[in-house]
Amino acid sequence: MNALITLSVLAILVLYLGLYKAKNALLPVTLIGLAAALALSILEWNSGAAPIYSGMMLFDNFAVAFTSICIISTMLILLISKDYFEHISEHVAEYYTIILFALIGILVMVSFHNLSMLFIGIEIMSVSLYILAGIRKHDFKSNEAALKYFLMGAFSTGFLLLGIAFLYGASGSFDLTAIKEYVIANPTGISPLFYSGVTLMIIGLSFKIGAAPFHFWTPDVYEGSPTLITAFMSTVVKTAGFAAFLRLFMVCFAPLHDFWMPVLLVISVLTLFIGNVTALYQHSFKRMLAFSSISHAGYMLFAIVALGPLSGNSVFVYASAYSIASIIAFAVLILVKRQTGSDNFESFNGLARKNPFIAFTLTVAMLSLAGIPLTAGFIGKFMMFSTALSEYHIIMVVLAVVNAVIGIFYYLKVIVSMYFKSAERNEVQSSPYFNFVLGFSALLTIIVGVYPGFISNLF
Amino acid sequence: MENVTQAIQGVPLNHYILLCTIIFSIGVIGVLIRRNAIVIFMSVELMLNAVNLLLTAFSVHHNDPSGQVFVFFIMALAAAEVAVGLAIIVMIFRNTNSTDVNILNKLKW
Repeated sequence: MNALITLSVLAILVLYLGLYKAKNALLPVTLIGLAAALALSILEWNSGAAPIYSGMMLFDNFAVAFTSICIISTMLILLISKDYFEHISEHVAEYYTIILFALIGILVMVSFHNLSMLFIGIEIMSVSLYILAGIRKHDFKSNEAALKYFLMGAFSTGFLLLGIAFLYGASGSFDLTAIKEYVIANPTGISPLFYSGVTLMIIGLSFKIGAAPFHFWTPDVYEGSPTLITAFMSTVVKTAGFAAFLRLFMVCFAPLHDFWMPVLLVISVLTLFIGNVTALYQHSFKRMLAFSSISHAGYMLFAIVALGPLSGNSVFVYASAYSIASIIAFAVLILVKRQTGSDNFESFNGLARKNPFIAFTLTVAMLSLAGIPLTAGFIGKFMMFSTALSEYHIIMVVLAVVNAVIGIFYYLKVIVSMYFKSAERNEVQSSPYFNFVLGFSALLTIIVGVYPGFISNLF
Repeated sequence: MENVTQAIQGVPLNHYILLCTIIFSIGVIGVLIRRNAIVIFMSVELMLNAVNLLLTAFSVHHNDPSGQVFVFFIMALAAAEVAVGLAIIVMIFRNTNSTDVNILNKLKW
C-alpha cells in the first residue's frame, strides 16, 4: 500500500513545485514519483495480502496488476503532456496534481475491500475529473463537457449510494467478506432489499463505465474535454471502473449469478451494438474513439457476465491492450489536430507519405483496437470470447463477432485515409517524447500480440 | 422529550425505507425534468440526503455504527461536489449568462 502513500505525497510535492515556479521540474518529478509508486506496488506482488486499514483495503495480486497498468498508462499520457498544458493556462502544476489525485482515487477503487472505500475511491477520481474536463475555461465545448460530466456523475453516484445503502440494510455490513458470507448463509431467504441493492449498483457502475443504456454522456464528454484528458478518461479511468466492477461482483455477488447475469447480458449486447453502429457514422476521429470506447466497454462486460476464475485476467489483458492502443490513437490525434486544427478523418489524409512512423504506429493501434491477430487487441478479444464460450454464451459470442466485424470497418477508415488518400500537407511536427510514447506503445502492442504468454496467465 | 424518543423508536423500518425511496424518487424526477443546472444540482443533493437518512435508519436497526460513519463520508463528499459543481456552473454562467441546460447543445453528431 506504499504506492498510495507515495502518490499522495507526490501530488502535494508537485503542487509545491508549482508554487515555487519550478516549471521544468514538474514533469521529471511526476514521472520519477510514478515510477517509484509503480515499483512499490509491483513489490507487493504475491505477498499474501490480508485486508489492511481495519479491513478497508486489500492489496492483492488483482489490485497490484490493475494499479500497475493504470500507473503505466498515466506515465505514457503524462509524457505526451509535455507542452500541452502550457497552451491552456499558466497553472500547469495544478493539472498534474489533479491527475495524480484522480490516480489516487483509482488506486483506492481497484483495491477496495469495503463499500465505503469503493464510494470514496470513485468520488476522489470523479471530482478530479470534473475539474479536468473543464480546464479550457473559455472554450464552450469544454464547459459543456464539464457540466454534463458533473451532473451525470453526481446523478449516478446517487444510484450507487442507494445501492450501497440497500446492501447495508440487508446484510448489516459494508465489508465485502461479510456481505459474501451473508449471501452464502442465506441461499433462499435473501431479503428483497439486497436484490434491489444489486440492481442499483449495476445502474450506478454502468453509468461510470459508460455502458448502454447509461452511455449517453460519454460521447459528448469525451469530445468536449481536452484531448489529453479524454485519453486519460477513456483509458485509465475505464480500466479502473472495470476493475472495481469486477472486484465487487467477483467477491460479493458471485453466488447470485443467476439473478444479475441476464441484466448484464442485455447491457453488454446493447452496449456493443450502440457503440459500434453509431461509431460507423462519425466524421470526427475523436468522437469515433468515444463510441469505440463504449463498444470496448461492451466487450469487457463479457468477462463479468461469464464470471469465473479467469475473468480477472481477461479483463486485465483486454484493458491493457485497449489502453495502450488508445493512447497511441489520442497521441496521434493531438499531433494532427495541432497541425490542421481539425479532428475529422480528412485531416489524416496523406499522413503516411509525410510521417511514415506516426502513420505506422496509428495503424498498429487501429488494428489492435479492431482485434486483428498478432496485436494485443486480438489476444484480449480471444480471451474474452473464450471465457464467454466456456460458460456456453454462444449467441452472445456470435453477436460480439458480428460487432467485431463492424468495428474493423470504421477502424480501417482512418488507415485508408492515411495511406490511400492523398492530400497536400506538411509534415506533422513531432517531438522525442511523442516518438518515444508512440514507439513504445506500438512495440508493446506487437510484443503482447506475438508472445501473449507473459501477460495472459498472471493470476 | 422521552415520549418523543419512544414514539420515534416505534416507527417501523419499512416506513423509513418507503420515505427514503419517495424522497430519492423526487430527486430523480427533479434531475430528469428540471432544466436549470442549479435546480438539477439541488435534486442530486436530495438524492444523497435520502440515502443519508436511509443509512442512519439501517444503522440504528442493525445497532451498528458504521452506517452513521458512512453518512459523514457522504456529507463530506457532497460538500466537495458542491465546491466543484458550483465552480463549473459559475464558469458556464460567465460564458453564456445562463444556467439553463438546454443551451448545452454544441456537442452533437
